[in-house]
Amino acid sequence: MSMHAPSGGLMVAVSATFKRDLTLLLRRRGEVLNPLVFFALVITLFPIGISPDPQLLAEIAPGLLWVAALLAALLSLDSLFRSDYDDGSLEQLLLAPQPLAALSLAKVAVHWLLTGLPLALMAPILGIMLALPAGSYLILALSLALGTASLSLIGAIGAALTVGLARGGVLLSLLVLPLYIPVLIFGAGAVQAAILGDGIAAHIAILGALLAISLMLAPWAIAASLRISING
Amino acid sequence: MAFSSLNEFFAMGGHGLYVWGAWGITALLMLVIVWHARQERSQLLKSVKRRVRRQNAHSQSTQVPVNSAQRDVRNDA
Amino acid sequence: MWAFINKLRSPKWFYSISAKLQPWFWAAAALLLLVGTVWGLAFAPADYQQGNSFRIIYVHVPAAFLAQSIFVSMAISGLVFMVWKIKVADMAATVMAPLGAAMTFVALFSGAVWGVPTWGTWWMWDARLTSMLILLFLYLGVIALRGAFNSRDSGSRAASVLAMVGVINIPIIKYSVDWWYTLHQPASFTITGRSAMPMEMWAPLLIMVLGFYCFFIALTLMRTRSEILRRETNKRWVQELVEEVR
Repeated sequence: MSMHAPSGGLMVAVSATFKRDLTLLLRRRGEVLNPLVFFALVITLFPIGISPDPQLLAEIAPGLLWVAALLAALLSLDSLFRSDYDDGSLEQLLLAPQPLAALSLAKVAVHWLLTGLPLALMAPILGIMLALPAGSYLILALSLALGTASLSLIGAIGAALTVGLARGGVLLSLLVLPLYIPVLIFGAGAVQAAILGDGIAAHIAILGALLAISLMLAPWAIAASLRISING
Repeated sequence: MAFSSLNEFFAMGGHGLYVWGAWGITALLMLVIVWHARQERSQLLKSVKRRVRRQNAHSQSTQVPVNSAQRDVRNDA
Repeated sequence: MWAFINKLRSPKWFYSISAKLQPWFWAAAALLLLVGTVWGLAFAPADYQQGNSFRIIYVHVPAAFLAQSIFVSMAISGLVFMVWKIKVADMAATVMAPLGAAMTFVALFSGAVWGVPTWGTWWMWDARLTSMLILLFLYLGVIALRGAFNSRDSGSRAASVLAMVGVINIPIIKYSVDWWYTLHQPASFTITGRSAMPMEMWAPLLIMVLGFYCFFIALTLMRTRSEILRRETNKRWVQELVEEVR
């Protein structure tokens, strides 16, 4: 093996990491399904806890769906680096000649593909159950798909910081939830605007901007955090 | 002066409880912070002193056997 | 420049320079806070809308300013620690976090108390109060993360990264909360939202803000010195210094 990575080495490494993680996660179906079941369960609790009145539910549905999806995404974060940390493959990743930021971006992409995207696709079905007004279903799925990508990126920073800790789970939510608030505001705001018939371009644009900022900065923070968790 | 009498000053136009409550808690918290910082400093100084004293005592008590061991070696030679 | 950074690297240098600076900042803080308190409580005119309850502004706004500034200084210290490996910067960041959380609490508490005469309730999802609440959670996260690591160095580096991530997010959170607030409660009246304030009202406010900043600097110097004593207990210069203090 030469000291210098061959040209295209970065892309090869990134796609190899991506494929490996995808295969591994697809083998552990439970881990992929759990957030989805959690999402459906939490949404079931609200009509029971508040009221089955469709009018009331319709009013709070955008916020409920967004908060429940956010919590479901949060739930899946703890396992993002956990198994790789336990079996030592995370250390191998650190030793790779390719930049860790790019490799961790591949891992986050897999996480979003198997958590954020399914949540976004599932949300319209739960929207029907909450009597979400017609015309907002597409925006719900779109805003969740865009928003959960930012959530995965920001959440991965917290997951990387706490992966070395024995009881990192609760700490992880304390670290990550405050950082989720802007995404929640604009995500739920987009659905609400769609219901009211207002323009949604601004909301979607801001969600896109948040994703762009996270894409630029989060990989570096994730890489730095992984180094701290493993070398410390 | 915005108030004509001391009573008026304490009453704060009927909002005395809120104004004095907010100021009081703020002042109290700041005083507690300063008190804690002073306490912390004097405790740390004490613990460093104790450590120094312990080390001095330790080095004095260990010096004797070292010296006697050296003497033994010299005697053997 | 490098000579300066190298000096900063040495806790001993910081310990001696801060001893000289500290009394000045304590004196300035005490003087400014005293003048600001007397002026704000007794001499500033009452607000024509809110009456005397408006005087809470003189603790609420300085505390809110300081809460945000401390987070920024904590993140800068974290950056300095990560880039130049200056331990004193991390010690300062360590002692800043609890003070920042305390100031956030003061801003929240005084805002809640202020809410009673203004809105008739202890809590409103007002834009400033909401961002302050989120800031409090950010502080608690940094403090908890630092404490969660067994090795001090890992905890320091993790807290530095989190502080930097948080400081990038603070303006985004502030902007989005303001936006959210105007969307949901357009008619409501914000407690500190007025722009034109006569000089007799804002002069004591300025004095109080400066007093709070001096308090922050003085306390940070003092507690960083304590932190040096705690972490460098085994260093010779610390032990010699303690001998002299006696």
